[in-house]
Amino acid sequence: MSIISAENINFSYAAKPVMEDVSFAIDEAQIVAIIGPNGSGKTTLLKIINGTLFPDAGQMLIDGKGTSRWSRKDIAQKVAIVPQETAVVFPFYAEEIVLMGRFPHLSNYRFEDKKDYRIVHEAMEKTDTLAFATRRFDELSAGERQRVLIARALAQEPKVLLLDESTVFLDLKHQAQFLALLRQLNTVQQLTVIFVTHDINLAAQHADRIILLYSGKIYAIGKPAEVITAANIKEVYDVDSLIDQNPQSGLPRMTLLT
Amino acid sequence: MENKLKRIYKSIKKLEGDIPIYRRVTLSRVLQISALMILIFLVISAVSLLAGSVHIDFSHVLRYLAKALTGDFSITSQEEVILFSVRLPRIIFAGIVGASLSLGGVVFQAILRNPLADPYILGISGGSALGAIIGILLGASSFYLGVPLLAFVGALVTVFLVFIVAGGTRGPLLDNSLLLSGVVVNAFFSAAILFFLSIVNSMELHSITFWLMGDLSRASIKEICVAAFCLFAGFVLLYAQARKLNLIVQGEDTALQLGVNIERTKQWLLVVTSLIIAVAVSLAGIIGFVGIMVPHFMRLIFGSDHRLLLPVSALFGASFLIVADTIARVVFAPAELPVGVITALCGAPYFIFLLKRKAR
Repeated sequence: MSIISAENINFSYAAKPVMEDVSFAIDEAQIVAIIGPNGSGKTTLLKIINGTLFPDAGQMLIDGKGTSRWSRKDIAQKVAIVPQETAVVFPFYAEEIVLMGRFPHLSNYRFEDKKDYRIVHEAMEKTDTLAFATRRFDELSAGERQRVLIARALAQEPKVLLLDESTVFLDLKHQAQFLALLRQLNTVQQLTVIFVTHDINLAAQHADRIILLYSGKIYAIGKPAEVITAANIKEVYDVDSLIDQNPQSGLPRMTLLT
Repeated sequence: MENKLKRIYKSIKKLEGDIPIYRRVTLSRVLQISALMILIFLVISAVSLLAGSVHIDFSHVLRYLAKALTGDFSITSQEEVILFSVRLPRIIFAGIVGASLSLGGVVFQAILRNPLADPYILGISGGSALGAIIGILLGASSFYLGVPLLAFVGALVTVFLVFIVAGGTRGPLLDNSLLLSGVVVNAFFSAAILFFLSIVNSMELHSITFWLMGDLSRASIKEICVAAFCLFAGFVLLYAQARKLNLIVQGEDTALQLGVNIERTKQWLLVVTSLIIAVAVSLAGIIGFVGIMVPHFMRLIFGSDHRLLLPVSALFGASFLIVADTIARVVFAPAELPVGVITALCGAPYFIFLLKRKAR
């Protein structure tokens, strides 16, 4: 059974349709990229997947059960999202932010115990954020903040990880580290990863499957070589591109022609 | 030498409010700090008990207390009347009001994600003032609990109105629309209050003005007990939501995705907090600055985790208002200042200090 499946999803913000008849299924331990131009509905789709938005028609299923029938806490134990950015109003420390990832696993009056702190420590180790665990979150750089948010999502111990352009602020070293981490979590812990990106090559290199969105509809879905074609890119993004093969992996590689 | 410099640097940093040391919020830390704050609260209460226009010898106070501890509550002397029927209830009441306003400030600042919010921001002050004024004009003062009851009704009606205006019945309660409708409803009530002030006679004007200034001496023992119960019950209910508050201040999306049912949580927080504040305001009148300053100050010292912030704000708020009320009683004794004057006199410089610090 697929861990995530969308069945004929329609969604609109105040009568403006953003999602039309979207259907797909994602199996456990797949890495899926969602690409598409601005306003094609990528972030909305992520929000529908983790049940913070509900489709107007059709349904989003997690483990075969519609998102509206899950409790918020139960979804949060299964699905974590790394947002693009968070606005900070009150001073919190980096470790406190990561600790919040434990929220869905704890009851109201309980304090985090040794096990929770161990999980948080591991998450911060993996994201290379331990060095500033005791610094204020709002005083970190954008890239550091993003890594803290990734750590928070890992501390949730999700089965499905959603990434909303989570590598944009990362420097090359941390990007490489993060991608390796995703691979490792994917193979060792069977983590399912769904990531939204503007970087076509990132998607082509690292995703098992790619969903190409175009004005709220799925324009193409499949293996990188099936989706990343010059014709598709021209139609959806309105740019000319050269698609060849990455000499090492044999996966499609795109170069913009201007 | 270097260590010493470091220490000095650290203490300066602390003064600036930028706590350089992160400390985990654990149950034992919450209990320890709360115990410390309770101790401070008790010491302040004791000092306040001794202070006043009538001098009462410390040894006498100890003797009366010892007598009360043996179970003998009979009041036989003038001094005992002043201590146990005048000062003690007032101190307890000041503590309750201070704690209620501070708790209200913490929760409203979190729900509205605005560090400058105060417990009155959603119009509870305006609503209860209007209720009280109508009560005074209708002669409700001659009935037991007449004015406070109307003030309480006024406060609840306001919260309900704000809730409707903000669209809480139709969809998600957005922090911005909540804030805006609070401001609008408050403005409307201010106009109504001004209207009444301009048409009443001077006798009524006097009692209205007194009500508006806030006064901690008028509550009876029974009312104090009711307020204490509301505060205590409210605190327990709010504390269950402390971790959710931490997530809510991270933003609605974040809270939602981490597992908080945000609409229900916000409505619940709003209802509980409004009740606590409405009780305090209807019995004590409007006392400014406590509810905005105390949470702010506590956050600077103890960080933003609500599991620590809620208890320390309540306890510090209680101590703070007792000190302010004691000063108000003592400086021009036997005449008394409205306690709101003292809190405002502390509050304004505090915010200038904050502003200066931010500018640097």
